[in-house]
Amino acid sequence: MTFAGSDVISIADFSREQILRILAVAEQAERGRLPVFTSRKIMAVLFFEPSTRTRLSFESAMQRLGGTVIGFADAASTSTKKGESLFDTIRMVENYADVLVIRHPLEGSARLAAEAASPPVINCGDGANQHPTQTFLDLFAIRKTHPRFGAADQPPLRIGFLGDLKYGRTVHSLSIALSHFPCELVFISPPSLALPRHLKEILTARGVACVEAERVEQHIDSLDILYAVRLQKERFADQLEYERVRGAYVVQAGMLARVKPNLRILHPLPRVGEITTDVDRTPHAYYFEQAGLGVPVRQAILALVLGLV
Amino acid sequence: MAKKKQHTVLKVPAIEHGTVIDHLPPRAALTVVRILAVLEDLVTIGVNLSSHVMGRKDVVKIANRKLSPDEVAKIAIIAPRATLNIIESYVVVKKYTVTPPDVVEGIVRCVNPSCITNHETVRTRFSVLKAEDGSLRLRCAYCERAYDRQEIEIV
Repeated sequence: MTFAGSDVISIADFSREQILRILAVAEQAERGRLPVFTSRKIMAVLFFEPSTRTRLSFESAMQRLGGTVIGFADAASTSTKKGESLFDTIRMVENYADVLVIRHPLEGSARLAAEAASPPVINCGDGANQHPTQTFLDLFAIRKTHPRFGAADQPPLRIGFLGDLKYGRTVHSLSIALSHFPCELVFISPPSLALPRHLKEILTARGVACVEAERVEQHIDSLDILYAVRLQKERFADQLEYERVRGAYVVQAGMLARVKPNLRILHPLPRVGEITTDVDRTPHAYYFEQAGLGVPVRQAILALVLGLV
Repeated sequence: MAKKKQHTVLKVPAIEHGTVIDHLPPRAALTVVRILAVLEDLVTIGVNLSSHVMGRKDVVKIANRKLSPDEVAKIAIIAPRATLNIIESYVVVKKYTVTPPDVVEGIVRCVNPSCITNHETVRTRFSVLKAEDGSLRLRCAYCERAYDRQEIEIV
């Protein structure tokens, strides 16, 4: 299995073995055991949409590997303003760098960029579609908190998803990635924001045990992982309905009295009230540590696509 | 009283040479004619004809022409159960049911307004997902959204 020269566009392109390889290299990165580039490698950061966490963790990852970074963090400062197409922008930039990391508001833009460019392209978010490096980070957080994750001879992990599961991009990608591993998935959301039908069909077809529920209290005591996402006010046609249901999708310390000792709560951040701050002081909170895993995971991805390991 | 003369009239006239596209779902004939763009050909259309198998069906007959593989692929997307009859000297010399391809390129437009293919000059590419009941869904290779056959737009 070789990653050198590969693009990272969609979680759907990755097999179980490839995912496990990325997690293994991320572990090496975290322990400071990755080599550094012996020849100068340049990463071009092409962010047509703002981001702080993803961009800074990628830049940090590249610099930790001994590479350098060029690029922009705002489309306003580029020739896109003059009407240049994305395809042409990529054809130009590919001559300047060894790897391209791109965030763009249009869905499918990263796939198009990968077709335009010879060097590897890494998708850092193409609109509402994919953000695969976030998913690898989420999987790494699950692996670190539950080392049995990924082992075929272990009982399945029970993983709950909480909040807006209809529009939550991270939920869609993570649930598809988890379908490669033994696990049971519990989807907890208001009925209007349930997981889309086509995703349920894919998970069921792959033999993943799925449960749908409306209240977190019904299931929290049986979970190994609770992955919470934002319930966005603007997704509700009726604001009264939003005010009525939002309380059912907030995790508070008082709800954790009878949970499994090894329950860990994850969140892609930023959170806006869906996990109260009193949870931060419990051993179940893992979302800040999770955000910190962005650097080793992105080091692993860069090291693999640039042929360092 | 004189008996009325019985007339046997074909609802869609036979063609001497060419292709008959049969078993199209009702209302599909006009789409088939539009996408095959056979302006210079002699085309006859039957709409809402009675059918033993389908109840109602459409038929398109194109004189003096055989279809290219791309054209057959388009028909298979619109009408996965259509039959093609190749006619020579008024005789059916070959008859087969279309088979939807695994991938279609450049013949379907993505209906997602946020898909990059609607903002840049890109040849669209869809994978064809075939369900066991014979229904089709198409997944855009770019934005990865999947659509029912009824939702798609043929270029």
